[in-house]
Amino acid sequence: MSETPHIDIDYVANLARLDMSAAEKAKLGSQLDDILGYFEKLNAVDVEGVEPMAHAHRVFNIWREGDEPGETYAPEVLTKMAPEQRDNQVVVPKVVE
Amino acid sequence: MSSIFYKTIAELSAMLAAGETTSVEITQAVIDRTAAVDDKVKAFLSTDADDALAQAKASDERRAAGKAIGPLDGIPVGIKDTLAVKDQPLRCASKMLENYVSPFDATCIVKLREAGAVIWGRLNMDEFAMGSSTENSAYQTTGNPWNLETIPGGSSGGSAAAMAAGEAIATLGTDTGGSIRQPAALCGVVGMKPTYGLISRYGLVAFASSLDQVGPFARTVEDAALLMEAMLGKDPLDSTSIAPQGETNYAEALKEKKGPWRLGVPREFFGEGIDPEVKANIEQAIDWYKRQGCEIVDISLPHSELAVPVYYIVATAEASSNLARFDGVRYSHRSEEAKDALTLFTKSRGEGFGDEVKRRIILGTYVLSSGYYDAYYLRAQKVRRLILGDFENAFEQCDAILTPTSPTPAFKQGERSDDPLAMYLSDIYTISVNLAGLPAISIPSGFTESGLPIGLQVIGKAFGEAEMFAVANAFEQGHNYAQQTPTL
Repeated sequence: MSETPHIDIDYVANLARLDMSAAEKAKLGSQLDDILGYFEKLNAVDVEGVEPMAHAHRVFNIWREGDEPGETYAPEVLTKMAPEQRDNQVVVPKVVE
Repeated sequence: MSSIFYKTIAELSAMLAAGETTSVEITQAVIDRTAAVDDKVKAFLSTDADDALAQAKASDERRAAGKAIGPLDGIPVGIKDTLAVKDQPLRCASKMLENYVSPFDATCIVKLREAGAVIWGRLNMDEFAMGSSTENSAYQTTGNPWNLETIPGGSSGGSAAAMAAGEAIATLGTDTGGSIRQPAALCGVVGMKPTYGLISRYGLVAFASSLDQVGPFARTVEDAALLMEAMLGKDPLDSTSIAPQGETNYAEALKEKKGPWRLGVPREFFGEGIDPEVKANIEQAIDWYKRQGCEIVDISLPHSELAVPVYYIVATAEASSNLARFDGVRYSHRSEEAKDALTLFTKSRGEGFGDEVKRRIILGTYVLSSGYYDAYYLRAQKVRRLILGDFENAFEQCDAILTPTSPTPAFKQGERSDDPLAMYLSDIYTISVNLAGLPAISIPSGFTESGLPIGLQVIGKAFGEAEMFAVANAFEQGHNYAQQTPTL
């Protein structure tokens, strides 16, 4: 993080499965580099021995109590939002050769 | 303040109990007001007047049968477009969810219905709650009712603007980094974010799960307290929800808790970047508390300037993961150019998400990617612990903390659209509260010379809502800002 930070947008966009135009990438690129530059502030603080914090409260091992079957949905209720559906199933483009 | 749509829940519930009005009359007044002003304000993405009136009629019938439930029975509450309401659209102001209709109610909606509230409309927001001005909505730009050329704040801008314009008696928003409090301040209404976990997140479309909280917008502190009482509680459907601790009869407690309190003022919040009018206003508010006999304690939150970078690492990392579910397969937008598995994802996401959402997905993916995780995400999580520690230390010396809610009043539409970093700094006083999981409320504290509202933020201890409400209520009772309404 010592050099000027820079995001390789093509590489990261592929990781994020996100299609963007060349114009979008160009605009985003300079903005993101500014933001990463701002993140450099974090290097000024000593975090040696500090426990990372993922959550506001120390809660662990949350078990479900009495996991009884409850209200459920008819298949057509949940599949009707799919962009394409047939016989209560979600249709997708062909994914195997 | 005499119009029915500008009355408070407390006033209306007394009128309902006395038989002076009906829920149908209140709901119709809100519907008519919305029809009259929303062309200008553009707070609502959609409304369903028939559905609201049917709920109102059911409330009136309950009351007539002697089975009225409580203070919220028959009160129309507007809902941010990120919370699931059965059979209503749920779009998160995004093209990605253009055709989504929710098959179920969020837990907070279930609880409001159990309290008798009338669920009303879908309120505009920044797409997927990402933004501070509501300009990132894929559908429309909401105006601030105090000056329609300015922004209402965000991301819950529709919820705040609807309150200021009299288009609901109360509304719900969500707050990940200030998305309830900042728009409440900019629109001159009360907005409150609870202790993390106090309200279930089930049925809230996830943005940053360790920070997101549902909360109320209201005309008064008492109304916000009544809404909180109805919605809080541990939910088996959200394992991060937590059983409340301590006093939870907030509205009742307001009448008993009178102070004086020890109030902390963090010196870091009054330095660079604060608008001089906001600074003067908040200093006056602090002085008012002092004159009431409160002890003003000079406190330090030394890591607060790191809250913005920590937030934009943690929140974007969580968002990049949460938003992976919008893949064009089951319920989101699907590109017509999708030819195979990969383009199904990439094209659908590229077309469905707007600029700010893309920016945050890229940023979040980057900070979690191999080789950068330790430098950004892990480091941010450690600094998050230091920020929490600052608050823990401060609360050893004080009962609540007073700060400005926003460094500036509402700014002009378009002013920060091309400068994401400037936009991110709008939340500089609210973000650290989310990182630490604390409750906080914004209440109206006055106006600028040009007539724009200013908000005072009161930050409480974890689960210290009762005390926080009482501190805010004292100021409200001593001033008449809550009674002022814009001219539309």
